[in-house]
Amino acid sequence: MDAHSTAHEHGHPTPGTYAKIGLFLFILTALEVGLYEGTYGDHAGALGASLQPFFVPLLLALSAVKFALVAMYYMHLKNDSKLFSGVFVFPIIIAAVIIVGLVILQAYHWAFSTGG
Amino acid sequence: MSDSAHTLATSTGLDSRKLAIWTFIGSECLFFASLISNYLVQKPRSLVGPFAHEAWTDPASGQVFEPIIEIPLVTVGTALLLFSSLFIVLALNGAQRGNRKQLLGWLGATLACGIFFVGMQVYEFNHFVHKGLTLQQNLFGASFYVLTGFHGTHVTIGVIWLLTMFVLALRRQLPPERAVNLEIAALYWHFVDVVWIIIFPVVYLIK
Repeated sequence: MDAHSTAHEHGHPTPGTYAKIGLFLFILTALEVGLYEGTYGDHAGALGASLQPFFVPLLLALSAVKFALVAMYYMHLKNDSKLFSGVFVFPIIIAAVIIVGLVILQAYHWAFSTGG
Repeated sequence: MSDSAHTLATSTGLDSRKLAIWTFIGSECLFFASLISNYLVQKPRSLVGPFAHEAWTDPASGQVFEPIIEIPLVTVGTALLLFSSLFIVLALNGAQRGNRKQLLGWLGATLACGIFFVGMQVYEFNHFVHKGLTLQQNLFGASFYVLTGFHGTHVTIGVIWLLTMFVLALRRQLPPERAVNLEIAALYWHFVDVVWIIIFPVVYLIK
């Protein structure tokens, strides 16, 4: 057990790497809020209107990158046992299917009930 | 188990406690998926305001309700929760290397961020209630409070858990061979953070 733990600890990032990832996460969050302000803010203008079709996909992509960075580096999934990754990722796939499935079903229900 | 430093050999070769927390986190993913789905499905079905991003005028009284969501405060809370994830890995690094000063300093910073986040949410809920959004007002209010309230409860539990770790560290009862206890608490804390990474855009940014 000790040898196993030590082996894992050797694979862990350094405090400098953690800090760089922290800074990157902060920048991504600032980008998310900036994207919101640029699209729907008081001074959005024509650029905001052109950004609207891409707003949700871009926002979800930024969130996915942040999620992956925290899971891989801060939660150590990148260097830890693949079993832990499996126990975490499998429910996430089911969760994503549930969310997307329910939203699509709701959209269909809404379209039929309003005759759209 | 009387001494957490001595774990039994397992067929996987992995620490059972870490496998247990990962399994718990996996189940929590499904829990929050149901709450996020509920929010996304119920929010557009609200018949009366106030709403998240649009103003609403009550036809009966003529009272105008401003949009509920306010981005600046929650952005600060989000940034602090993200930084708390950085702080706790630095605290864990200190615990694993036997650097007590590093452990206590970063763990204290993590706790401060967590307490600020909970305080922000209490303020936000209070503010929203005064703006007319209660749990019973509409489907947006019900699903919003249930989703963010359960997340806030998780943060509060995390703060209490980390506070116990802080006290243990103060009493010199968190030596490097027991750092896995902090690692397990940190995994829970990171999970609370990644859930907020999803909730923040879904609830606050997407119209």
